[in-house]
Amino acid sequence: MDANEIIERRSCISGIGQSEVGRRLFRDPLELTLDACLAAVQDAGLRIEEIDGLSTYPGMGGPAGFSGAGAIAVHDALRLELDWFDSGIETAGQLGSVIKACLAVGAGLANHVLCFRSVWEGSAQGEKGRAGVMPGGGGRASARAPSGFTEWTLPFAAPSAAVWIAMFAQRHFHEYGTTREQLAQIALNARANAALNPKAIYTEPMTPDDYFAARMIAEPFCLFDCDVPCDGATAFVVSRIERARDLRWPPIRVEAVGTALHGRPSWDQFDDLSTMATRDAGAHLWRRTDLVPSDVDLVELYDGFSFLTLSWLEALKLCGVGESGPFVEGGKRIARDGELPLNTHGGQLSAGRLHGYGFLHEACVQLRGDGGARQIAKPNPQVAIAAAGGGNTCGCMLLTRE
Amino acid sequence: MSQSEIELPFRMLPQLGTRSSFFWTAGERGELTFLQCGDCGCWIHPPQPICPRDHSKNLKPQAVSGRARVHTFTINHQPWMPGPELPYVVAIVEIEEDPSVRLMTNLVNVEPRDVHIGMPVRVVFEHHPDDGGDVWIPLFEPDSERC
Repeated sequence: MDANEIIERRSCISGIGQSEVGRRLFRDPLELTLDACLAAVQDAGLRIEEIDGLSTYPGMGGPAGFSGAGAIAVHDALRLELDWFDSGIETAGQLGSVIKACLAVGAGLANHVLCFRSVWEGSAQGEKGRAGVMPGGGGRASARAPSGFTEWTLPFAAPSAAVWIAMFAQRHFHEYGTTREQLAQIALNARANAALNPKAIYTEPMTPDDYFAARMIAEPFCLFDCDVPCDGATAFVVSRIERARDLRWPPIRVEAVGTALHGRPSWDQFDDLSTMATRDAGAHLWRRTDLVPSDVDLVELYDGFSFLTLSWLEALKLCGVGESGPFVEGGKRIARDGELPLNTHGGQLSAGRLHGYGFLHEACVQLRGDGGARQIAKPNPQVAIAAAGGGNTCGCMLLTRE
Repeated sequence: MSQSEIELPFRMLPQLGTRSSFFWTAGERGELTFLQCGDCGCWIHPPQPICPRDHSKNLKPQAVSGRARVHTFTINHQPWMPGPELPYVVAIVEIEEDPSVRLMTNLVNVEPRDVHIGMPVRVVFEHHPDDGGDVWIPLFEPDSERC
């Protein structure tokens, strides 16, 4: 492929920002969103007047807490003057919104695109917990399941991705002999890293005994295989590379993105449930670069449920198909001082469900060498992957330090 | 005792009046049905207006045997919704006529610990009389003839 055609390479991440993050903040979610957006613009060293693009996932709508603000609210609150904007959920996972921004600046539609993802799922659940936001959570509701995918799940009391992804994990266990001991390493590694992240939700140490003592949710998942809903917002400025040379930080370059989805976009009809959509996006990313998996210094891989991280390790060819269990066994390889540090901020399992954007944020922090106590041991990391999503929608980004 | 007098578990029922209504009502005849292309013969699920293979609109609901195998499953312990007794088994089954056609469902008349991937199962229907239109939910139980 002609490198000139890979227009994401004309983009970079010039600024990163994050609001206060908490289990239940009970703060105005638009305010949290704006805190993150202004932090990202300031971090880049830009003036708000220089922002000429806006992109977000998923836009307004969805279950309570799923979106803290849409593009229109931020556009208006900051009185932006935009040449390009976009918002939506039917894209290559949560990072699809950032990838679209990379393409927009690569195509010359904008110079500096502000991207954000904002959640308030912690507060939305309130005292009722997760059942409070589930269909029928109000009692014996007479409402019928809406047509669409949930028509095929709600009648079977399977409203949560936890149930669906547990079945993918079970299939992987069946085909490859993956074990709960191996899966546990994703949760244990995340917790160990979260202890060094001041914004993480859960920071107290977790032992294997703690993991195995946790209540089961949907086998093979226990509570600690499921991410923790929280409130918070994360934002980035995606800039045209030549416009980012003189900003505050060296640019984080976008070497390649992966957005492919060749299998059926379905949580139950996908051809290989042990992989799901990560397979196609991961392979796509490597078709767009001359770098190879062994060049990667660290990875920040979605862990909405622990199994998705294993799925990403395989999809991104960081280990063989079916070999992710043995790859993470014992946890040393994926630790901050290991050969492939993983989810160095604590992932969504321990740092909170910032929904995809937290992984890209941490990849930038690490590539800048700005991780403080949780900076990985290997010096001068140059190449990182941030990947988000799983199931029937996902996307990934290969990042390099200028 | 008629079935309507039995205490039925709460289920969030699907809407009727959609292109999949035939699926949710065929249980009245004891049949599991899927759309089939009248031209190329392929099975189509979920229902859609055209055949994904040859784009034919000559599609008709056709009964299948009701036999299936467990493709994967989970023993669910979390009370997501009011109703079902815990734990319960959610499974994705593949139908005998075409294993690429799958259904998410619940397994019944089986101890959760006895469920395994590859297990032969057969459809049973749970009839829900309802003012919004009766619905027959397809559930699956071990197929003793094939176990």
